[in-house]
Amino acid sequence: MTTTPLNAPPTGVPLHPGSATVEFRSLRRAFGTTTALDGLDLTVHPGELLALLGPSGCGKTTALRILAGFETHDSGEVLVDGEDVTKTPAHKRDAGMVFQSYSLFPHLTAADNVAFGLKMRGSSKSDRRKRAMELLELVGLPQRAEHFPHQMSGGQQQRIALARALALQPRVLLLDEPLSALDAKVRLNLREEIRRLQQDLGITTLFVTHDQEEALSMADRVAVLRAGRLEQCATPSELYARPTTAFVAEFVGTMSRIPAYRSGDGVEVLGRRHAVDGVVPADGELDVLVRPENVGLTAAADGGAVVVGASFLGAVTRLTVRLLDGTEVKVDLATEAAALLPVGGNAHLILPDRPVLVDRRVKSGQ
Amino acid sequence: MAQLISRLRLWRGFVLLLAGIYFAVPLGASVLFSVDNPMTKSWSLRAYTQLLGAPGFTDSLRLSLELAVVTVAILLLLLVPAMVATRLGAPKLRPVLELICSIPLVVPVVALTTGIIGVLRWGPDYLSTTPLFQTILAIQNPTFPVVLVIAYVLMALPFAYRAIDAGLGAVDVKTLVEAARSCGASFPRAVFTVVVPNLRTSLLNASALTVALVLGEYTTASILGFTPFTVWIAANGKNDGQMSVAVSILSLMIVWIVLLLISAAGRERRGRKSARS
Ligand SMILES: Nc1ncnc2c1ncn2[C@@H]1O[C@H](COP(=O)(O)OP(=O)(O)OP(=O)(O)O)[C@@H](O)[C@H]1O
Ligand SMILES: [Mg+2]
Repeated sequence: MTTTPLNAPPTGVPLHPGSATVEFRSLRRAFGTTTALDGLDLTVHPGELLALLGPSGCGKTTALRILAGFETHDSGEVLVDGEDVTKTPAHKRDAGMVFQSYSLFPHLTAADNVAFGLKMRGSSKSDRRKRAMELLELVGLPQRAEHFPHQMSGGQQQRIALARALALQPRVLLLDEPLSALDAKVRLNLREEIRRLQQDLGITTLFVTHDQEEALSMADRVAVLRAGRLEQCATPSELYARPTTAFVAEFVGTMSRIPAYRSGDGVEVLGRRHAVDGVVPADGELDVLVRPENVGLTAAADGGAVVVGASFLGAVTRLTVRLLDGTEVKVDLATEAAALLPVGGNAHLILPDRPVLVDRRVKSGQ
Repeated sequence: MAQLISRLRLWRGFVLLLAGIYFAVPLGASVLFSVDNPMTKSWSLRAYTQLLGAPGFTDSLRLSLELAVVTVAILLLLLVPAMVATRLGAPKLRPVLELICSIPLVVPVVALTTGIIGVLRWGPDYLSTTPLFQTILAIQNPTFPVVLVIAYVLMALPFAYRAIDAGLGAVDVKTLVEAARSCGASFPRAVFTVVVPNLRTSLLNASALTVALVLGEYTTASILGFTPFTVWIAANGKNDGQMSVAVSILSLMIVWIVLLLISAAGRERRGRKSARS
């Protein structure tokens, strides 16, 4: 696990003395017949940024809202620093939250929005003002202090919302897709900024997203959820390089599937034997999963693959090749190398020597 | 295109002019009639001064204004929490609430009043031995007839409901309340500090509609035998033709002034905001 370096923040905003540990234990929540959470087990370490990643409807928001106190759970436990918070009302949970939709109070200026929590806590007016300005400084918008939400762009509003969430020095910071309403450029900037702030403050953070790139680029660890359960929780590089299930493998990054056959304790793919990473399903037909950058391709008139498509991605070009049995495989090549493989040309596909991930075959069209 | 726009402008002006004439001509004629003095061929404010000097003018006007204020207060205290709660906690109940609030639209005022009379008659016989007897008497106190407030709250319910519903539709109440709670505000405090200020305009609209209704209501007050401004003015305007016209102009003016004050209250705040930013 990565431990975040607790650097002194540049702006003089004090570190929160204890960033919390958050634990979800066998958390269950059903809405009528839909099961939003189906026994979620997850631990967030102090000071870490953990991304909750998963397809729409897998229960990410529900988990976050249960932690924030806006939603109840049917069974299981939510522990913050080892204490069950089930009975604590939302306003006493000490959790700052940034919402997906713009949630600034429309009738208050940016400074008053940031100071809102301090006002609820009864701090004096001058303290509130001072602290609000510090936080606005922290998110880079001191000049917007007197602006109303409708006078600010979406990105600015989310920054203010972040400042508001941090104003009370919460034990946990909860971010529910805070960037999804923003355009790409702003999203990238804010991504880095949230990460920088989070590291400076050393605050335990849960970041919900369904954008895998966002999760991989920001998080200390990424928890992939599927249908209300934890599929895998690991550092971004581990998740990418060593996914433990086919679901994670295909959800994080791009994967191609190639039909494979059992061969001893390994598999045979395209006439070659490969060692298997993980387990081989006991029955049924098999596919291997390969990442585009791990597949090689050489021009060969008698090769068993035909290049059917190419998309230029800058330094690399992603080629799509079709095998004899109709399987399509994506291959990333350096753009110069790809130039030697025109669409329509024949080629020879080379799989990596290292062990491959194997899954039950998915019928085409599925 | 430009031609189309200028044609549209022309039309708009024409329609506005027509509407203006429709309202202004009778009003202007009434004003002229009420100040005209055919004997001397000049004009005089006799009708108005007589009206203002007549006994009961201030009392009845004050009663009307008091009724309006209390009605607005009760209506908002009743509706806002109920509507916020249904939006947040039980969205499925919203149509039910809307239906309930719309019922007064389909019950004629006379029917409502007859019902109230029935209760007031029936009450004393059955309740004479209970403390409620005092209540029945108290709500009919002519210096401040609570029973009228009850009736007016019912009558204003549909209008106030719609005004507030429009306001609630324009803000994301759920997210705002949750944001406030995550900032340490308890639920009631969140509603009060975050939702209510953002409903300002619609609360003012609801209040204005209610005030207009209360200041203009005649039937119930008159049948139940109370004298708010409308009833007084009807009784005192009967004596001569000029005075009866003066009466209608005066009551129109008073309602306008009150409504203008209410909307000015709303505008002043907004003006200050944009000046600050
Ligand atoms: N208040 C609710 N009432 C009924 N069903 C709900 C409610 N909240 C969530 N659900 C259901 O629970 C499931 C999980 O929802 P949740 O919002 O946690 O998903 P999510 O992972 O955040 O998805 P997304 O990426 O789309 O935001 C979904 O099927 C959703 O329809
Ligand atoms: Mg969600």
